[in-house]
Amino acid sequence: MFVAWRDLRFAKGRFALMGTVIVLITLLVGLLSGLTAGLGRQNISAITGLPADRIAFQAPSAGQDLSYSDSTVTRRQWRQWSEAPGVERAEPLGITTARAAAGQRSTAVSAFGVEPGSPLAPDGGRIDDRSVVLSTTAADDLGLAPGGSLTLSGRRLTVAAVRGDASFSHTPVIWTSLNTWRAAAPPAGADDGPTATVIALRTTSGADVPATDRKAGTRTVSLARSLSAIGSYTSESGSLQLMRGFLFAISALVVGAFFTVWTIQRSGDVAVLKALGASTTSLLKDALGQALVLLVGGTLAGTGIAAALGALVTGSDVPFLLSPGTILLPAAVMVLLGSAGAGLSIRRITSVDPLTALGSAR
Amino acid sequence: MSLGLTDVTLTYPDGETRLTALDRVTLDVPKGSLTAVVGPSGSGKSSLLAVAATLITPDSGTVTIDGTPTSGLSRGELTDLRRHRIGIVFQQPNLLPSLTAAEQLQVMARIDGRSPARARTRALELLDAVGLAHRARRRPHQLSGGQRQRVNIARALMNDPTVLLVDEPTSALDHERGAAVVELITRLTRQRATATVMVTHDRTHLTAADRTVEVRDGRLRRTAPIRTAPTG
Repeated sequence: MFVAWRDLRFAKGRFALMGTVIVLITLLVGLLSGLTAGLGRQNISAITGLPADRIAFQAPSAGQDLSYSDSTVTRRQWRQWSEAPGVERAEPLGITTARAAAGQRSTAVSAFGVEPGSPLAPDGGRIDDRSVVLSTTAADDLGLAPGGSLTLSGRRLTVAAVRGDASFSHTPVIWTSLNTWRAAAPPAGADDGPTATVIALRTTSGADVPATDRKAGTRTVSLARSLSAIGSYTSESGSLQLMRGFLFAISALVVGAFFTVWTIQRSGDVAVLKALGASTTSLLKDALGQALVLLVGGTLAGTGIAAALGALVTGSDVPFLLSPGTILLPAAVMVLLGSAGAGLSIRRITSVDPLTALGSAR
Repeated sequence: MSLGLTDVTLTYPDGETRLTALDRVTLDVPKGSLTAVVGPSGSGKSSLLAVAATLITPDSGTVTIDGTPTSGLSRGELTDLRRHRIGIVFQQPNLLPSLTAAEQLQVMARIDGRSPARARTRALELLDAVGLAHRARRRPHQLSGGQRQRVNIARALMNDPTVLLVDEPTSALDHERGAAVVELITRLTRQRATATVMVTHDRTHLTAADRTVEVRDGRLRRTAPIRTAPTG
């Protein structure tokens, strides 16, 4: 790093320019990651927070995908799952979007219908046909506290508790009884009447899921895989992840391009050092160390700014999630991909001929 | 002999044929002596220097540096040999723009893994020897052409080489500065007992050399007898 440090100081304009580009890309990646995670949380936190390991959907028709919005499971299917071996618990869960109002305020909510006392809902024991549990966002939007009342699809209900911050498809969750949910949900044409949207399962290794699916006419997937059945989450997350991927690729290309030009510019110096007896390995280490200093410095600065901005907007209406996963992980990927880009460019050092330091060899 | 070339032949591809740059060249340079190599452009002077510097492997013949034959050495071993036994003074000073005069020399020791403190002491001692101790903290663009060339010479001596190869050291200097540089090379050759080969086109500097050889069409045409070199 003897030459590398001095080059960094000597050509500070060039390195500052490149460092700024890295800072800005890292900032953009950090903000996009926080936003992606924040939006994702608004979409799926009610599902990922369920105490279940599998979700049973109504088996879709041929050519159709699983969907929380299209699934309707019946009492018979629920019973079959409840009685299946290896199933510790089968809890019906109804999901629908409804409008809740309290006084002058109203907001779109996701009504999650559960059996009274169901462990699926926080404080599920306080849910009945007249009482509901609100997520904090729903309570804030409606200006309600425990004991307050609201109207959901024409039914007057009492707030039994305010718990958790579950949201689904960008709307806050209100935990209701299944009867209340049925009143709010659009009618479905099931033979023995709709019981719920899906069945949340807690299974053991002894569960024969395919066999029970065939018997009950359901299709069961893991909780994580069930997230792809939330239409808005799949398309939104896919777009944002694509943007993030492009930013990572752009950063690797930009860093690679910079170090390609830089290596070409200093190939004369490299030839001199080689002619004087510097090994190619030591020159590669020196150059890679220089790239790492620039990358780590720029990435740290960009990550710091992204974290500061994230902290500023956390708690506001901006769906931003500030966590090691949204800040440090993208930073690590930036450094890794940038190093790869720089490494490929710096490889040119190996092909610099020390003979060129002597000028013409003839 | 500190530097020995025995029956060295070097050819380059030239279209469908090969051009002979060195044709069975034999040259021995003892320690503490300065051999000047002259010849017209394209005669093979630089090729001779490149072969002696182990930067090109000849087609045939033997190159011996301080008793070590270079044939059969790996690229890494040749790099080590250059680092420890050979000093090169380039035609253009080829100083690294980001380094000060002292650092131009220190980098040689740092490449060799020596301690920073010892490297700095040694660099200042050598800069003093070439009369540039007071310019140790200057970067190349803050030095004159003659000063840059003296840093170039000091750098070549940083790792105590036994062979010093000097390529047209006066080409970018006026006569007065050129003479001073040649005088410096001669003095350092004696003081440090290096086997010095100096390629030059300027025959006015030949009086400083212990021996002059002329290269023409890749062959050593004429060798003036070596003078007794004073030591110390």
